[in-house]
Amino acid sequence: MGLGRGTAPGVAQVVAEHKTPIDHEAEASDRVLFGFWVYLMTDLLMFSVLFAVYAVLHGNTAGGPSGRELFSQPIALTETLLLLTSSFTCGIGMIAARLGNKKQVLAWFGVTFALGLAFLGFEIKEFIQFFQEGHTLRSNAFLSSFFTLVGTHGLHITSGLLWMGITLGYVVKRGLNNHLVRKLTLLSLFWHFLDIVWIFIFTIVYLMAFV
Amino acid sequence: MKEILIGKLNMHALPHEWFTIGGTAAFGALALVAIIIITRMKRWKWLWNEWLTSVDPKKIGIMYFLVAGFMLLRGGLDAIMIWLQQALSVDGSQGYLSADHFQQIFTAHGNIMVFFVAMAFIFGLINYIVPLQIGARDLASPFLNTLGFWLYIGGVIMVNMFFALGGEYAATGWLAIAPLSGKEFSPGVGVDYWIWSLQISGVGTTLAAINFVMTILKMRAPGMTIWKMPLFTWGSLCSMLMAVSVFPLLTATLFLMFFDRYIGTHFFTMSGGGDPMMYTNLIWMWGHPEVYILVIPAFGVFGEIVSTFSRKPIASYTTNVLGMIGVAVMSLSVWLHHFFTMGAGADVNAFFGLMTMIIAIPTSVLVFTWIATMYKGRIKFTVPMLWFLGFIALFTIGGIAGIMLGVPPADFQLHNSLFLVAHFHSNVIGGVLFGIFAGITFWFPKIAGIKLNERIGRNAFWCWITGFCLAFIPMYVLGLMGATRRLDHYSSSTGWQPFYILMLIGGIIIMIGVALQLAQILASIIERKRLVDTTGDPWNGRSLEWSTPSPAPSYNFTVIPTVTTRDAFWEMKKQALPKPQYEDIRIPKNTASGIYISLFAFLAGFGFVWEIVWLWVVSLIAIIVCIVLRTFNDDTEYTLTAAEVQKLEEARQAKAPKPQPASADDADEDEMGIWDLIKIVVAWAWGVVRRREWRKW
Repeated sequence: MGLGRGTAPGVAQVVAEHKTPIDHEAEASDRVLFGFWVYLMTDLLMFSVLFAVYAVLHGNTAGGPSGRELFSQPIALTETLLLLTSSFTCGIGMIAARLGNKKQVLAWFGVTFALGLAFLGFEIKEFIQFFQEGHTLRSNAFLSSFFTLVGTHGLHITSGLLWMGITLGYVVKRGLNNHLVRKLTLLSLFWHFLDIVWIFIFTIVYLMAFV
Repeated sequence: MKEILIGKLNMHALPHEWFTIGGTAAFGALALVAIIIITRMKRWKWLWNEWLTSVDPKKIGIMYFLVAGFMLLRGGLDAIMIWLQQALSVDGSQGYLSADHFQQIFTAHGNIMVFFVAMAFIFGLINYIVPLQIGARDLASPFLNTLGFWLYIGGVIMVNMFFALGGEYAATGWLAIAPLSGKEFSPGVGVDYWIWSLQISGVGTTLAAINFVMTILKMRAPGMTIWKMPLFTWGSLCSMLMAVSVFPLLTATLFLMFFDRYIGTHFFTMSGGGDPMMYTNLIWMWGHPEVYILVIPAFGVFGEIVSTFSRKPIASYTTNVLGMIGVAVMSLSVWLHHFFTMGAGADVNAFFGLMTMIIAIPTSVLVFTWIATMYKGRIKFTVPMLWFLGFIALFTIGGIAGIMLGVPPADFQLHNSLFLVAHFHSNVIGGVLFGIFAGITFWFPKIAGIKLNERIGRNAFWCWITGFCLAFIPMYVLGLMGATRRLDHYSSSTGWQPFYILMLIGGIIIMIGVALQLAQILASIIERKRLVDTTGDPWNGRSLEWSTPSPAPSYNFTVIPTVTTRDAFWEMKKQALPKPQYEDIRIPKNTASGIYISLFAFLAGFGFVWEIVWLWVVSLIAIIVCIVLRTFNDDTEYTLTAAEVQKLEEARQAKAPKPQPASADDADEDEMGIWDLIKIVVAWAWGVVRRREWRKW
């Protein structure tokens, strides 16, 4: 894909018959994109271990309360809606990035950031509530695996937000150059990936607790 | 206050036993000697700029070799210590090791040999050879590669750290099976060192593997379709895809184990609903494919060697490649054969038993294609070829033993016996290590510019194979007699002692083989003028790496070749090479980010081991800062213009040694033997003493 080729710096000087630096850059970004997909698959495998562990251990409450007694459906549903919406706004932000519209990029990724932050807020609130009621990682195997699975996802969201914040900072500072559009592309992949993982968490952890 | 500052660290952690004092002193002395030499030669800047911060995969490959070679000696010492204890410790004699220390030694031996020797050698070979074989100038992400290497170094330091601080390594066996590795049964820091050395180097492996998958799939020379790739590249691709598929499992599992120990969760504990059996499953889901990750690149090495020295293309290339792919895919579904005795039930055991037997089919197909390649070939029995033939013998023995172990009813008898230990050593030494030795001997001219001395190389090979048979065939017998693994003491009424003594003798012969290998390198350096490789193609090779000069320039190829067939270079040699048209080359800049990130990863791990909260918090933040600084730096490459390339090439050609008149092909008589080498070294040492030359140092 010829991502914003016209904006690359130094286009005018290039008069070589072989590979131009732009080709070189396009190839490099193609490789990075592919490598990032491979990375996402490795991350997915980490999650698959945590899901498997949760599937094995979720009944082992050692006398403590089960998921059905602990989880709140409205919170989980709100979190899901927040994250799904953020995926949508992230997609619109990417369209703006490809068109090279800096203002819209900042606006839509800004909304995405806010939605992600709200999601994280709900999750932290839920965790704090559990902790206050005395349900911690140490209580039993069910809670160990619950906190680890959901917490790992939350940690990913946190790093996604950090990444988004820094990238947007650079967009403000340096403008929307190729390098940053590439960063945003990877970031949006990451964000959608986390959305998919969350859908599985919502289904397997929260919904199945009430079946 | 002290708790906050240094966590669990205390005076007791300092070395106070003979082996911790000895280990610390040995490592300290080595480091001191290295520092003195580098300082006296004023080479610090050179070391930093040319090597440590380099992103050239060839240099990183060589650094992998050096560290892995050193770790091979370290792990080999462990092996001899184990054998010595077992030969001595019968009836009244308790040997010279305490039971606890003995357990730490076999744990460290396993970890070091698998992670820090075999893995590192394989990564070294892939780093050096794969870009050259596929006609690439560099890797897809030079930064990930240096990061992967430095994380490996972090792991190496972590695994040896217990000598200086802590005084104990894990005493749990190389996979630290739960619940033994839990806080309840292993309260010390040994298991924590185990976790973090594997975790840090394991993350490095995942990153490096992602990089090689990208490189092999995306950066091949024009015309090299996937079915024209050389076999070593195929082996590497299969192996790296497997690494990408299973190393995340290790990372996740180690984190869970770490949470159990540090936070007090209940994943693998006996109480609170934890499930220790789950740990066994998870760790072997990674652990079994791991050994195939090691051996498949070795398969590729042997494919290259047997076809080069039989002067024939590999017999049935497609079948060979499909064999490697088959092994790679099936190895993901055999892990349960490591614990048939756990009680998963007859159906589950039957499935995994069958899979274990089926995986022998693609493996045998590979063996048959190699043998068929030799058929009617004009075979040259060079040292790499000897390693190959030794491999065929040992690997077949080990493989058949493996099939026996894969039959669940037989496994109930053989489980955790020395028969099993002999089986996997046959495959790991006979397969992986022989593959590494063969590969290094084969590609040594490409890496160092000189061929290795053949005569001492042959001696080393014969020591290795004799020592191996003497050490491991008695082990099979002992296993059948009922000796369990990891025994530090037994009764003479078992009649086992003669076998244990034989094993020790075999181990000593292997050690002589290792010494001969070091002598072989030394002898080759001494007679480098005669062994120099002027053509870049000393073996009449077949794939693209031989089309470059030896050693290859930093940009590998002045002109990226266009590939039309398999064995691309073999076909090119039949046609006249066109005069090169020089072009601009983009070269990645050196970076120290990998070193910094790895340093902080190490410090974070250290903080986790000793529960120093501030240290790991600060280190994790520092890692994030380093990553951000690196990834948002878009000035990571520079251009070498066509004119500069031409200048470099002409300078190289002017400096290159002239091809010498072709001597008789196998001129063994002029080659230095081990006695000649000893004479030269003794004469040199005597000269130094006589003329008091050390004063000048």
